[in-house]
Amino acid sequence: MGDAILGSLELGLFYAIMALGVYITFRILDFPDLTVDGSFTTGGAIAAVMISHGSSPLLATLCAFIGGMLAGACTGLLHTKAKINSLLAGILMMIALYSINLRIMGKANIPLLGVDTLITNISVLWVMPFVIIALKLAMDWFLHTDLGLALRATGDNKRMIRSFGVNTDNTIIVGVSLSNGMVALSGALIAQYSAFAEITMGVGMIVIGLASVIIGEAIFGARTVFRATLSVILGAIVYRLVVALALRVGLEATDMKLMTALIVIVALSLPMIRTRLKQKAVIRKRTSQLEQLNGLAETKGGGNR
Amino acid sequence: MLEMKQISKLFNPGTPDEKVALAGIQLHLKEGDFVTVIGSNGAGKSTLMNIISGVMTPDSGSVRIAGSAVEAIPEHRRSQWIGRVFQDPMAGTAPTMTIQENMAIAYNRNKRRGLSLGVTAKKRAMFAQELSRLGLGLENRMNAKVGLLSGGERQALSLLMATFTEPRILLLDEHTAALDPARADLITGLTQQIVQDMKLTTLMVTHNMEQAIRLGNRLIMMDKGRIILDVPESEKRGLTVERLLKEFERIRGEKFADDRVVLG
Repeated sequence: MGDAILGSLELGLFYAIMALGVYITFRILDFPDLTVDGSFTTGGAIAAVMISHGSSPLLATLCAFIGGMLAGACTGLLHTKAKINSLLAGILMMIALYSINLRIMGKANIPLLGVDTLITNISVLWVMPFVIIALKLAMDWFLHTDLGLALRATGDNKRMIRSFGVNTDNTIIVGVSLSNGMVALSGALIAQYSAFAEITMGVGMIVIGLASVIIGEAIFGARTVFRATLSVILGAIVYRLVVALALRVGLEATDMKLMTALIVIVALSLPMIRTRLKQKAVIRKRTSQLEQLNGLAETKGGGNR
Repeated sequence: MLEMKQISKLFNPGTPDEKVALAGIQLHLKEGDFVTVIGSNGAGKSTLMNIISGVMTPDSGSVRIAGSAVEAIPEHRRSQWIGRVFQDPMAGTAPTMTIQENMAIAYNRNKRRGLSLGVTAKKRAMFAQELSRLGLGLENRMNAKVGLLSGGERQALSLLMATFTEPRILLLDEHTAALDPARADLITGLTQQIVQDMKLTTLMVTHNMEQAIRLGNRLIMMDKGRIILDVPESEKRGLTVERLLKEFERIRGEKFADDRVVLG
């Protein structure tokens, strides 16, 4: 069990970068971006191909990040310039990336056994937390710069931010690019951690990212940007622990996608149901209060007659 | 400051819903003019605003702001000259961001947005000073999210955000119409004060005739895409709601019809 927990912690740290990327599109830009399933693999593919051909792992990881940004930029362009619905733009890019990823890799699976990677000589549990925190702080800082504020306002109120001189097409493209860059970075690190890249490694990644964001926000809150990004990282780790637990109680690894989908469905619908119930309770209370008041008024009136 | 020549705009051309929104509008605003705009339903008031701000492009005619032709300049770049307050109090601010972050966005109206921090100690002090002009105590709640403010407070903030960077033209599109009377009065008072202090060239659409007469130094009345009445400052002082309605009937030969109009 201890090994399983440590293993999920490590995985959670790598996937947290992907979850931060999903947070940018899903929460900040309000842009449900399905490119993620493709760009995660793109990151793994670029890193694996370059490393297995003898490039430095650091350079390979950097190129993976850039590759992801390019994929995101394409989705952003499809949505803003070709006016394609955001969901469809993401799906189109995801499908296109499947072929592109196969082209990059040349085959469906690239093993990274016996080569040095970024992960080879480090203890993941000692180094990764610092990397993640540095990334998180950089992202917090970015979201508080003039450009970052414009990006956040784009997801919040497009009409308003346009009236203050911001081209929302540009902010959307910047945001979606950055998001997919981080997703690809996560894919590159996962490929190095698990010592292989394969064409299906990104399948369902968007749902895992959403689950991490939602779990994190539900447990740790999202009042400020600083808090929200921390929550997303912790959410990614909690998600991995939940998966480990589910495997332990007898679920198959193949059941995980269904479980993840169920988590997201419950998490998305629960707040709505809760508000509706709360509203009903308030209405009932207020109506009975008002009735009581009216009742009193009537008896009073009756006494006067 | 603002010069509109022969502006025409057709909605849904070639369909059964075709409608003339604007027909040969001529409008010239001098620097410091505060013009109120009234008109019946579908008179083209909002279309006029949208064409000035660049949300819509006119089918024909020219728009010049401070001497430069702007027809071809997109909305987001035109905003360097134009401050706007919308009717919906939710429309002018970003609800999940704090008051000071909203102010920082407005502060950058005509600047490049780069990677320097949006809110610094220096800017914070300036924002606080600007906010204190509203007299609502918002300067003490600069870290509060704008979504937590009341409709009146949000509209006051929108007004401040649209004006404190001194735009060449201020467009107010029925910006008090969605508020209750007390809050509407508050915003009207603030509008008057800010426009006067900063000597802003202002175009204000309103459904409140009394307000249209009381505010500003010039009043125009629109109907069916045309400006049918233009009252200069000298005549505006003696104007009353009754005389305005009579004037409309005289010109159009029919009663003034607007289901939302407030006679005051």
